Amino acid sequence: MPITYAFLLFLIFSSLQPILSLYEDQVGLTDWHQQYIGKVKQAVFHTHKTGRKRVVVSTEDNVIATLDLRRGEIFWRHVLGHNDVVDGIVIALGKYVITLSSEGSILRAWNLPDGQMVWESSLHGPKHSKSLLVMTNVVIEKDNVVIIFSNDRLHAVSCIDGEVLWNKDFEVESLEVQKVIQPPGSNFVYVVGFAASSHFEMYQINARNGELLKHESAAFSGGFSGEVSLVSSETLVALDSTGLILLRISFHKGNVSIQQTPISNLVEDSPGPAVIIPSSIMELFAIKINAVTIFIRVTGTGKLEVVEKANHETAVGDALSISEGQQAFGLVQHAGRDIHLTVKLAHDWGGDLLKESIIMDQQRGLIHKVFINNYVRTDGSYGFRALIVMEDHSLLLLQQGTIVWSREDGLASIIDVTTSELPVERAGVSVAKVELNLFEWLKGHMLKLKGTLMLASPEDIAAIQYMRLKSSEKSKMTRDHNGFRKLLIALTRAGKLFALHTGDGRIVWSLLLQSLHKSEACQHPIGLNLCPWQVPHHHALDENPSVLVVGRCGPSSDAPGVISFVDSYTGKELSSSSLVHSVAQVIPLPYTDSTEQRLHLLIDADKHAHLYPKTPEAIGIFRREFSNIYWYSVEDDNGIIKGYALKSKCDGNVADKFCFGTRELWSIVLPSESEKIVATVTRKLNEAVHTQAKLIAADQDVMYKYISRNLLFVATVAPKASGEIGSVTPEESWLVVYLIDTVTGFVLHRVTHHGSQGPVEAVFSENWVVYHYFNLRAHRYEMSVIEIYDQSRADNKDVWKLVVGKHNLTSPISSYSRSEVVTKSQSYFFTHSLKAIAVTSTAKGITSKQLLIGTIGDQVLALDKRFLDPRRSVNPTQAEREEGTIPLTDSLPIIPQSYITHNLRVEGLRGIITVPAELESTTLVFAHGLDLFFTHFAPSRTYDSLTEDFSCALLLITIVVLVAAIFVTWVLSQRKELQDKWR
Amino acid sequence: MEKGKGVMGSGRRWAVDFSDNSTAPSSRDIPDPPGFTRASADQDDSTVSRQKKDAESNWKAQKAWEVAQAPFKNLLMMGFMMWMAGNTVHLFSIGITFSALWQPISALQGVGKVFEPYKDSKVELLGPKLLFIALNLGGLALGVWKLNTLGLLPTHASDWVSSLPPAQEVEYSGGGIPL
Repeated sequence: MPITYAFLLFLIFSSLQPILSLYEDQVGLTDWHQQYIGKVKQAVFHTHKTGRKRVVVSTEDNVIATLDLRRGEIFWRHVLGHNDVVDGIVIALGKYVITLSSEGSILRAWNLPDGQMVWESSLHGPKHSKSLLVMTNVVIEKDNVVIIFSNDRLHAVSCIDGEVLWNKDFEVESLEVQKVIQPPGSNFVYVVGFAASSHFEMYQINARNGELLKHESAAFSGGFSGEVSLVSSETLVALDSTGLILLRISFHKGNVSIQQTPISNLVEDSPGPAVIIPSSIMELFAIKINAVTIFIRVTGTGKLEVVEKANHETAVGDALSISEGQQAFGLVQHAGRDIHLTVKLAHDWGGDLLKESIIMDQQRGLIHKVFINNYVRTDGSYGFRALIVMEDHSLLLLQQGTIVWSREDGLASIIDVTTSELPVERAGVSVAKVELNLFEWLKGHMLKLKGTLMLASPEDIAAIQYMRLKSSEKSKMTRDHNGFRKLLIALTRAGKLFALHTGDGRIVWSLLLQSLHKSEACQHPIGLNLCPWQVPHHHALDENPSVLVVGRCGPSSDAPGVISFVDSYTGKELSSSSLVHSVAQVIPLPYTDSTEQRLHLLIDADKHAHLYPKTPEAIGIFRREFSNIYWYSVEDDNGIIKGYALKSKCDGNVADKFCFGTRELWSIVLPSESEKIVATVTRKLNEAVHTQAKLIAADQDVMYKYISRNLLFVATVAPKASGEIGSVTPEESWLVVYLIDTVTGFVLHRVTHHGSQGPVEAVFSENWVVYHYFNLRAHRYEMSVIEIYDQSRADNKDVWKLVVGKHNLTSPISSYSRSEVVTKSQSYFFTHSLKAIAVTSTAKGITSKQLLIGTIGDQVLALDKRFLDPRRSVNPTQAEREEGTIPLTDSLPIIPQSYITHNLRVEGLRGIITVPAELESTTLVFAHGLDLFFTHFAPSRTYDSLTEDFSCALLLITIVVLVAAIFVTWVLSQRKELQDKWR
Repeated sequence: MEKGKGVMGSGRRWAVDFSDNSTAPSSRDIPDPPGFTRASADQDDSTVSRQKKDAESNWKAQKAWEVAQAPFKNLLMMGFMMWMAGNTVHLFSIGITFSALWQPISALQGVGKVFEPYKDSKVELLGPKLLFIALNLGGLALGVWKLNTLGLLPTHASDWVSSLPPAQEVEYSGGGIPL
């Protein structure tokens, strides 16, 4: 048995059977969990009852939630599936929340106090259409009725039990229904829409039985465009197809009339086409021309008049009936650092019910939505509260001129995460928290000691637990020895960067990136990627670390890119630029310059490589390594993998010395009729590997791992089988797995799983890859492992040669020295389908690995890599057992204690990130989705540190007592000896 | 060894050397008792003391051989202990093995001291010494063998390669699915 293995065993033999569960009182010590809902799309207040005031919201992340209006906490929350988009919510009968989702085909009612589902009904129709949900006050046999237009059909559904009372189809082809209106106090509804884009259609339908009362239509040659605004229950405003003429469409008593008003008549210098801001305020609507918002009143005689032109960014809320015949609406305008919240009466522009000015954090950007709600003050007047949704997706409640609470719901949509070290503790660095004084320290230790000696009262135990949870040690703003305190830097879909402290999950800073801000030049900016740019650790310690944010103006791949550099300590944007080229790939190179800035290659859509940073030093480093840098691209839509080398100059006439042309070296064309790429995965660039040898204890042998950064795992499935599970028979479905060297394009390994199907999730680490797929024949999910070993170095086995160093094991390897590899693989059944998979990573790579599996239940499960060892056999020998080989079983066990999220769920789990801590045994795990979860995880237990419940005070006291006892007994024995001598 | 020390070693508190042949009383701290003449006593006891000396040297030689053979018993006991300890690495087997290594080494270091009491011009100590050394070397070998069976000796290729970091790669390639 080899020496190191034996020593390792000796040192950590207590960890051979790692128990990963934690005790109840350890929850929250190293982990934190945050719940979010995403960007709010619609909000309905529920404040009539005397109970807890709440607001029901639906979000763009398909969440329905009720929030406490006092604090903004979530009462309950339901996350619908990713294709179950919420179209509308209403509150019915004061106790149900009715939601329409899944493109208008599913209607559900939830109990308002506790969020339980009361009923669900599915609505079908002939074809897909806009979905509208209207709450009516029509009563049929004591049932309140909700009217839904979806899938080109009008449905009336009972609020009590979800029964469909009647439905009605419309014969007209290509009818685009815009609104369903119920005039107050009437028993019929108007269904209005455009047909063939030049006809206005109006149906009047009896709400009790769905009978068609009247159908009118009117032609308008100019066509209609965009949204409509309702200005009374029988009048609406639309724009013609050019966006230059306002149309007031009245269908009073079923007589349709269209009145045209060119915008230029109302506004003298109207430079371009207008857009209607959809609203339903009595006698008032708003249009937007470029950045100017214009409010126009519709008088009783049908005349249009401009009441205000607002040059600032303005958000308009929907109307709110405050008393009989009176409507109020909210208006929020930006003015420098402040925002102005105004609540006006619909029929009286001049009289403001409320005018408040609130200082707003610049990092929240513009206001996107506003929802207002009224309450009656003690003096009988009306007060208003406003719920506003900002550009960074955050949600704020304004009341009485202050921000009552805010929620950072941008964190529900993280695109990319990286980490950054905190500053080193020294004189110049301000430590945010004041250190505990000596007395408190002593008191804390005495309490702990009492706890250890089981003398603590329940209050003491509570105090100890509070102390442990709120320890200032873990939330300090400086680096610690164990490397547990770091900054998690997250880029969200809204284009905002957040820095979260790993100790307690608080937001250290946030930055709405100006480069990802919507502007003239960049209409639809999206963030793509976040890379650590500068990680100073040796000779550049005075500099702050920084991150690189890469974005793009628009969804197409040839849109120009934007890059931005952000200081990780302060959260200030150091510099940003919009690029002349597009960004198709971001390749961090394994080279840094003298200030520890990492070299990056940005590949554009024309396959030119652009080097960053643009400094002469960088180009010098790059030129030195020029011939050894390659890149590849996986074109997953046409099944081609291509490898490229760099050319010293750009192809075009661009005189840019930081631009390099590329030439194609190799290509792998997968047959499109039989294979479709579904997953690719590579090793993490910064993964630490401790050893290149795999020791086989059984026959005292050694195998050499094939460790290469340039390996690509590609999984393809039959094109037929790329759909849902079960859509194909096992005979016409297969999964092919490739291991490709991306420098030479050499396929190192290829394996076909017949009768298997995606979706494929895979993780690549060291010399192994684990992937998860569905086996159609066995009707179960499977996980397979492939381990790759280098056969060409396998003859390095002579001990004497190794002792004197005559071997080629440390000499650099080239992909062109064609190597023989052997692979070992094995498949196991696995119960769960999964959303994400990751592997633990530690600082030196010595600690054994565990797989972190994001299950379909939104939890993170740890699974020891030893379970996925291809060398497991039914009856392992004694030596194999000692080595830790587990007897072969056909399925992988799910140990309930090894859920590292314990009893929490990371709703909408999308990614799991592992970051090594300084302490070799520990890895930091961050799981993100709608919720965020962070914890420390020790795959082989914390063998290199004392456990948290180890009592230093007890040890000290024991030592002191022992020393005292030794001294006393020494004195006593001296005395006795003396007496003996005198005897 | 222990026995030898107890009889002949430094365990004595005092001694009168009757074989002291010096004639000058001044060489001693205390004067001779009255009536005692040193010269005549010497002449009378000369034959007796020779006989005594022969017996002593014989006894010394015998003891030296005994001491030299003592590690053999040790060796047998060690072997038994090692067999009992088994071949897995744990605290007991490690302790046994290291004591099995340490005892011969310390004995070999003190080989001169062990045979010090039997030093005599007439006693041939080379034989016992060689036996003593050989037996202790045997004990050492046993310890090393045990160490090896425990897997604590770097005699396999794996012991030399496991600390080698992975080799550097010449080429670097990056990329993936376009963003």
